[in-house]
Amino acid sequence: MDITLTINGKSYSQDVEPRLLLIHFVRDVAGLTGTHMGCETSLCGACTVELNGKAIKSCTMFAVQAKGADIVTVEGLASDGKLDPMQEAFWNEHGLQCGFCTPGMIMASKQILDRNPAPTEDEIRHGLEGNVCRCTGYQHIVNAVKAAAAGAGK
Amino acid sequence: MIAQKFEYTAPKSLDEALHLLASGAKPIAGGMSLIPMMKLRLAAPEHLVDLRALKDLSYIREAGGQLHIGATASHYDVESSALLRQKCPLLTETAAAIGDVQVRNMGTIGGSVAHADPAADYPAALQALEAKFVLQGAKSERVVGATDFFVDAFTTALEPGEILREVIVPIDDARTGTSYQKMAQPASGFAIVGVAARVRQNAGKISFARLGITGLSNRAYRASASEKALEGKSSTPADIQSAAALVAQGIDANSDLHASADYRRHLAVVHASRALKTALSRIA
Amino acid sequence: MATTTVKTETFVGKRIRRREDPRLITGTATYVEDVQMPGMHYAVILRSPHAAARIRSIDTKQAVAAPGVVCVFTGKDIKGVGAVPCGIAMPDLRVPPHTILATDRVYFVGHPIAVVVARDRYLARDAADLIEVDYQVLPAVADPEKALAKVVKQRIVSQRLVPMAMETRGVVAEWHGADRQLNLYTSTQIPHLVRTLVAGMLGLEENRMRVIAPEVGGGFGSKLNVYAEEALTGYVSMKIQKPVKWIESRRENFTCTIHGRGHVDFYEIAAKRDGTILGIKLKLIQDVGAYHQLLTPLIPQLSVLMMPGLYNTQNIRADIVGVFTNCVPTDAYRGAGRPEATHGIERMVDMLAAELQMDPAEIRLKNFVTKDKFPYPTATGLVYDSGDYATPLKKALDLVGYHKLRQEQADARKQSKYMGIGISTYGEICAIGPSPATPAGGWESATVKIEPSGKVTIMTGACPHGQGEETTFAQIAADELGVGLDDILVLRGDTAVVQYGIGTFGSRATAVGGSALYYALQDLKAKIKKFGAMLLESEDVTLTGGKVICNKTGNSKSLQEIAGATYRALKLPPNTEPGLMATRFWEPPNFTFPFGAHIVVTDIDGETGQIKIRRYVAVDDCGNILNPLIVDGQVHGGVAQGLGQALWEQAVYDDNGQLITGELMDYAVPRSHMMPWIESHHTCTPSPVNPLGVKGVGEAGTIGCSPAVVNSVVDALSPLGVRHIDMPLTPEKIWKLLATKN
Ligand SMILES: Cc1cc2nc3c(=O)[nH]c(=O)nc-3n(C[C@H](O)[C@H](O)[C@H](O)COP(=O)(O)OP(=O)(O)OC[C@H]3O[C@@H](n4cnc5c(N)ncnc54)[C@H](O)[C@@H]3O)c2cc1C
Ligand code: FES
Ligand code: FES
Repeated sequence: MDITLTINGKSYSQDVEPRLLLIHFVRDVAGLTGTHMGCETSLCGACTVELNGKAIKSCTMFAVQAKGADIVTVEGLASDGKLDPMQEAFWNEHGLQCGFCTPGMIMASKQILDRNPAPTEDEIRHGLEGNVCRCTGYQHIVNAVKAAAAGAGK
Repeated sequence: MIAQKFEYTAPKSLDEALHLLASGAKPIAGGMSLIPMMKLRLAAPEHLVDLRALKDLSYIREAGGQLHIGATASHYDVESSALLRQKCPLLTETAAAIGDVQVRNMGTIGGSVAHADPAADYPAALQALEAKFVLQGAKSERVVGATDFFVDAFTTALEPGEILREVIVPIDDARTGTSYQKMAQPASGFAIVGVAARVRQNAGKISFARLGITGLSNRAYRASASEKALEGKSSTPADIQSAAALVAQGIDANSDLHASADYRRHLAVVHASRALKTALSRIA
Repeated sequence: MATTTVKTETFVGKRIRRREDPRLITGTATYVEDVQMPGMHYAVILRSPHAAARIRSIDTKQAVAAPGVVCVFTGKDIKGVGAVPCGIAMPDLRVPPHTILATDRVYFVGHPIAVVVARDRYLARDAADLIEVDYQVLPAVADPEKALAKVVKQRIVSQRLVPMAMETRGVVAEWHGADRQLNLYTSTQIPHLVRTLVAGMLGLEENRMRVIAPEVGGGFGSKLNVYAEEALTGYVSMKIQKPVKWIESRRENFTCTIHGRGHVDFYEIAAKRDGTILGIKLKLIQDVGAYHQLLTPLIPQLSVLMMPGLYNTQNIRADIVGVFTNCVPTDAYRGAGRPEATHGIERMVDMLAAELQMDPAEIRLKNFVTKDKFPYPTATGLVYDSGDYATPLKKALDLVGYHKLRQEQADARKQSKYMGIGISTYGEICAIGPSPATPAGGWESATVKIEPSGKVTIMTGACPHGQGEETTFAQIAADELGVGLDDILVLRGDTAVVQYGIGTFGSRATAVGGSALYYALQDLKAKIKKFGAMLLESEDVTLTGGKVICNKTGNSKSLQEIAGATYRALKLPPNTEPGLMATRFWEPPNFTFPFGAHIVVTDIDGETGQIKIRRYVAVDDCGNILNPLIVDGQVHGGVAQGLGQALWEQAVYDDNGQLITGELMDYAVPRSHMMPWIESHHTCTPSPVNPLGVKGVGEAGTIGCSPAVVNSVVDALSPLGVRHIDMPLTPEKIWKLLATKN
């Protein structure tokens, strides 16, 4: 099936099998390997990308379902060498260790602030329910989201 | 974790979708339940028809004194709907308790209800709301009430070739309070037990009570013994306690790694009591 | 006199954001799965669905003929490949032969049976379904206690856990036949040991193999191993002369990567009436699983070494029984043996306090090895390097407001509310370790190279994968050389780049690897000064702020000028070679022994049995702190895994040896909304063992956590006569106790 998706502002067209997962389209067809496969079962969030403005798990969507969609991956956040404030906050607050969960974590964190610019700690923690990090214990991630929110409010 | 091959269609109209379904295709909505099963090769449909391609099926609107929710309204659409928040807060509260942000962005009310997972959240609320489901086939349409719709684990009144097109819920007056209380399974987030309560009070007495229970048994059900026990009562803690004690009456409770049947039954009672108290406290 | 500006900014001890992060937050880091090569082939492994079975026959015909398939190998097809190694040699230790693919028997669910290689991973997966295996299913043993009798004082279980690194394992093998060169990308904590051992398994000359651990997405001990798939992927690439990629699925990760813990302990503790501990006795049953993996037999030995805890007792007795089961092998998981021991001892000390009606803080303070006793030799043959055990406990008691909390608890009890205060004071064995105490050498290596331009390149034999040594090592070097962090690059994880190294595990990278770096830097500094003195024509010089300064004239030469001169080599100081590079292999004289106190306050929902953590106070002493931001991160992550064990995680096998918690759907790892806020504090008792004074902090949180949580919950329920509860403390367990004891 021929499909065209826009990823990080660039259009990608490819003849794909309907069973091709969106994450494999992103990683193998578009060559954007920042989006990671952590569980394959929609339970870890490592594969989170933004699809038409909504955070979704790209391991649990077929690429054909995203036909014509506008997708943003972690690679699409920094522009002209300038980091996105959420990336910057993860860096400043040590919101990552091995970094494997980080791209998905950053995409999910951005969704939190998109919908609620001043979340409480509890709201942040619930907003990240779908994302597993095995390294950080989440505390520095929570701090990062708080810092990004405070920064954006300034 | 790779699905078997299949054909895929993004239908242009509901008619086209129904036509394909009539010839054996399977609907896919948010894919949050179907795709994992396909990847585990527990499901291997030959042809998928993508209901999300039907742009006008995700509506949430008020008409004829009722609320109409299109099948592909996502859990997030429901959770964030100002109309529902005002006129049916039980549904927004329940939607917000489902899974996680990403799942709520994709998963749909139609998919959840059609899938009929015995641990799903919506069915409890929809039982308490006495929701009606509009089922549409290529040739005909019918409306089925919640008690008849949920038949068994992963089994509903839907016939092959039919889709669930719309969910209809009532608008309650200000003397009605609702609440959804859930204990989540810590790994999956699904309900070990979930109880939706909907109670109306008239002059200090409970005039009407509906309790929908999920997670406890093979299907979501109405706890009618508890409902009856509440009617006419003045909602003292003792009244609530004795009514809640009846929620699991006659129910063959599930047992698994996460909760034994006895514990589930106990949790149902505790959560029923909490849901009732909270619902009553929310009556304006 | 010429004036020289000297850079005074130092880096060690500061909260410096990590230098490894830019690639990780932009999604441009390369993990194994991201490695792409022209002509890449994909391997999928068919695994046993049975825990114990005889293989009658395997039919691969259809799979071989399937679209895109290049080859299928079964155990019988593999020739000349050695066994998966166990690194621990002990007299009479039974080590069953562990072939990389099963031949006639399978011993656990997930046992590899055949490998399918295709041009595309989807096609490889399709073909795997076409292999037909005829099994004769045999009875399985999944419970290590089934075969054994028991003596009970207290039976304490440290349940099996799944390490669940977020990146599963994965291997890319690339064989260059003409050069006899095998490049192996693998997600490992120990690239050099993998090279030595896998080259040995494949019969390949060690210097013809290059192992690269690219970005590694967490390990926690699960990647401190040598796995069948590493040799298998290499073997397949050599056979088909093509690059081959195998990426573990999460399901495989649950069923085929080592598990942690799996100990059943029977403890006895004896004390005088005044609470003085006299001795501790242990019978330890280890659930080995189907095979000994690299370090499996070592884990219970670490438990036994840790048995005295922080307490002054010389009477320790331990017996270890290893039991083979039809389950995936157990091996090192964060803490490896030490959390099990600490959990047992800290539980026993609380039981003792309860028995003697003493306060749990008081009984600990009474029995601690006191500050004046260091270095302290233990009954288990260790020498604790330095310690001050009372200070972190007192600090934690203060921070949490212990006395007020006890009053609050007394009031709560009057209202039948369940509130608990749990203390654990842990010690641990870190900086693993002196070579005689380890199977493969316990030293670590570092090379420091100052390039002609003055830029500094460090090659460490440690293999950090999240612990932040690209930053802390740069901090150490920056301070020693007086240069900026941006002048430094830290390389790791590639056997073609790094001299031999041991790797990252056992909280050793900074204490041992950082010390090797420190000494290499001292060598270099001496050489820099020699060249500086020569260039400045003075004997009296100082190296500071990235310059060599003549103390008389104040004239100086920058590091860049000096580096240039060492490579240009127009003139050399006497007996000095050109170039500016130093390598050290540093052998630590001892382990280090960090310690600390964790206090957990819990409230229990009397109706549902749910546990809520109200406060979590951690006071850890890991010696000197190079970067507080990183240390806190290690503590938080460690606590999360300890809390996971205490409250939610358990690898459960049914009687047929099926792993019923084989997915994230059923195996509950901590998520953000399940974690309490961790109040992380420190005391500082430098280690005399190494020049940095550091002890290690990678496992502290995990070790300190689980006993504090369980002690807290038992404390809450103690009015009901509850004395012990095994982990995980599920709400149902608590509810049952409430229901039966009330
Ligand atoms: C990580 C995770 C956590 C979750 N947690 C929860 C939770 O806590 N509580 C909860 O309730 N659910 C939970 N879910 C399930 C989630 O709510 C799903 O979205 C829902 O069950 C299915 O909806 P869907 O739109 O994704 O349907 P799909 O997966 O697309 O379809 C499910 C089934 O319904 C059929 N179907 C779909 N739409 C229709 C229709 N309109 N008419 C007829 N048949 C149809 C499909 O053919 C399929 O058989 C979770 C899911 C995941 C992945
Ligand atoms: S890989 Fe998609 S949620 Fe884990
Ligand atoms: S940083 Fe390693 S999993 Fe999150």
